[in-house]
Amino acid sequence: MAITTPRARLSEKASVVHPRLSGSHILCECLRREGVDLIFGYPGGAVLPLYHTLMEYPIRHVLVRHEQGAAFAASGYARATGKVGVCLATSGPGATNMVTGIADAMMDSVPLVAITGQVSSPMIGKDAFQEIDTTGITLPITKHNYLVERPEDLPGIIREAFYIASHGRPGPVLIDVPKDVQQDDGDFVWPDQVRVAGFRPTTHGNVRQIRQAAELISQSKRPLIVAGHGIIISKAYAELLAFAEKAQIPVVTTLHGVSAFPESHELSFGLLGMHGAAYANKAVCECDLLIAIGMRFDDRVTGKIAGFAPKAKIVHVDIDPAEIGKNVKVTVPIVGDCKNVLTGLIREVKVDRHEEWVAAVNDWRNEMPMTSIRDTEHFLPQHVIRDIYEATGGQALIVSDVGQHQMWAAQIYWYDKPNSFFSSGGLGAMGYALPASMGVKMGRPDEIVWAVIGDGGFQVTMQELGTIVQDNIGVKIAIVNNGFLGMVRQWQQFFYDRRYAASTISAPDFVKLGDAYGIPTVRVTNREESLPAIRRAMETDGPYIVEFVVEEEENVYPMIPPGGALSDIILDQAR
Amino acid sequence: MKRTVVALMEDRPGVLNRVVNVLRRRSFNIDSLTVGHTDQSGISRMTIVVEGNDEVIEQVVKQLYKIIDVLKVSDVSEEQVVARELALIKVAASSATRSEIMQIVDVYRAKIVDVAAEALMIEVTGPEEKIDSLLSLLRGFGIKEMVRTGRVALVRGVGSTRAPDEEPGDGRARLAPRAIRQPVGP
Repeated sequence: MAITTPRARLSEKASVVHPRLSGSHILCECLRREGVDLIFGYPGGAVLPLYHTLMEYPIRHVLVRHEQGAAFAASGYARATGKVGVCLATSGPGATNMVTGIADAMMDSVPLVAITGQVSSPMIGKDAFQEIDTTGITLPITKHNYLVERPEDLPGIIREAFYIASHGRPGPVLIDVPKDVQQDDGDFVWPDQVRVAGFRPTTHGNVRQIRQAAELISQSKRPLIVAGHGIIISKAYAELLAFAEKAQIPVVTTLHGVSAFPESHELSFGLLGMHGAAYANKAVCECDLLIAIGMRFDDRVTGKIAGFAPKAKIVHVDIDPAEIGKNVKVTVPIVGDCKNVLTGLIREVKVDRHEEWVAAVNDWRNEMPMTSIRDTEHFLPQHVIRDIYEATGGQALIVSDVGQHQMWAAQIYWYDKPNSFFSSGGLGAMGYALPASMGVKMGRPDEIVWAVIGDGGFQVTMQELGTIVQDNIGVKIAIVNNGFLGMVRQWQQFFYDRRYAASTISAPDFVKLGDAYGIPTVRVTNREESLPAIRRAMETDGPYIVEFVVEEEENVYPMIPPGGALSDIILDQAR
Repeated sequence: MKRTVVALMEDRPGVLNRVVNVLRRRSFNIDSLTVGHTDQSGISRMTIVVEGNDEVIEQVVKQLYKIIDVLKVSDVSEEQVVARELALIKVAASSATRSEIMQIVDVYRAKIVDVAAEALMIEVTGPEEKIDSLLSLLRGFGIKEMVRTGRVALVRGVGSTRAPDEEPGDGRARLAPRAIRQPVGP
């Protein structure tokens, strides 16, 4: 609860210099001015002054159980809302525990400001207690980071940090604040504006390039749109829809592009890539123009580059110029924000139809449907996803962990609601979903949030159940329990002679665990119980766990084997 | 193919570390790297000689631009440049060989900057080829120790590689420029 102490109202004008405040006060005041009202964190010696002051501010602090949880929760919050997520940890182990979450934000372009305490400035570099070279360690996994030297520097640093995190291609920024800087006094001057000389992202696409792309589109007979995370970051849902419909171009999405385009739309052809739909990958192989919007040609999407879109010219729209030409050769590069560029494309492109091409892709869909659920009496993990889809009417926010269930969550659930699928894609960090779902729920409290997690991934961050209880975060948790590290086991089955090395994993009695935390938990062991249990979870207020004990050795299909091209697709099991 | 890339960056603690980190992490093949101050206050200039084709260099330039402190990056390989390097060479020199060495030094318009009983220290500046050539001659006498700076280059003519000028005190959220803390090193 915030302790409100009367304070002089601090003027927002840069010209007014205030009486000296402690670094902690300056930092909290700056966070408040940046619109921060939620921080996920964990205290420690090097941040005691900051925590002491934070209690005076109308900023809610959620105490996690591991700093990795703080970073994932802040990340989930940021992805769900579009705001900058903020996480806070102490020096040394606090900072190192956040590294995975920061790296995940870097890989998946999530706006995050991570604040870490640091030992007092004279102790830096002396291997002091709980001292670690936080800025050195996070150098390659942040857009930028800062080691604060004086309290006066804080307003400038914080304004810059939030600006850098949220503009251009979003990403994490870390601010390391030594304890003495938190305690010392300094003049508080709030900068009027932020201008970072070395950071001027291009947001408006070049008109000539846009016209060139429109020209290619008009000449093309088999165009295909590949939509990625950029659409969601840019909130360009309406523009993508209008563009696809105007020129009647089929749309496939990357993993992070899921929920960028309504999947029940007639032009939507689902997920492409390693576990994408066979018809989506075939469309890539057969198209003559690939229009990539807000995606980065990750290897899970392209397969072997030499075999990727062999018949196509490529238009690549992305806000990060370094991604253009990094993995594939591009015919027309357009650097810019998706929304802006799509607006331009809609204007330049003419109304068109590609009936033959769309019919062909539809034919492939009929010939090779997403055969993820085989016909059987057994209780499959895929049934769990299908049942959650049915019970939620496809309207829930799905936060998926990493592994087989992640692929099924992307394949089987149909996402029509914009920005409703959240997962760790680039880093693929197990343990993501439970803490991230906390952030998603707190960001969109009026929506149903389902965290879908394997038994392995659940055990990586299950201590965050404590956070969920302490802060009463009403996430619904589906544990898909097959007794294995499923994706590892699948690869071992396909490529390592079925040697299941370290992929059989035991678990605690999840029902007892849930009880121990005071969270209603049920176990489902067959298909009949599944849907009712899911419904009951959603009818009950507050957090709820449903454990689904499913078939052990199920495989995700289709699959592009590692090193294979998209045409090397394995459609189904040859049992 | 050896290409020359010039980067201008803000003089911030750790900026060299950031640049070198990116070069390492993206596996670029660095031949030499040198950095120093410029006439613009708070701006450092780095000259990097990197091995690679067009695609590689395009990525070098773009990845360096992603660093917040880096202001401008140019590939000057195709331009008309004046490229120079400096070397200090300590060569073994007995009374018998000294005059021959001094004649070679003259021919190369280099300088003798230290004389000791059994050694001479030579200072030479010029394009890399000139330094390579002098070294190959001196090797015959026995090189005791040497150091090379790596290439620096300026484009000929009127154009220049400069960071955009910023006026201080215009309400920016900027920190005061600080001296370079890290030593140069690959």
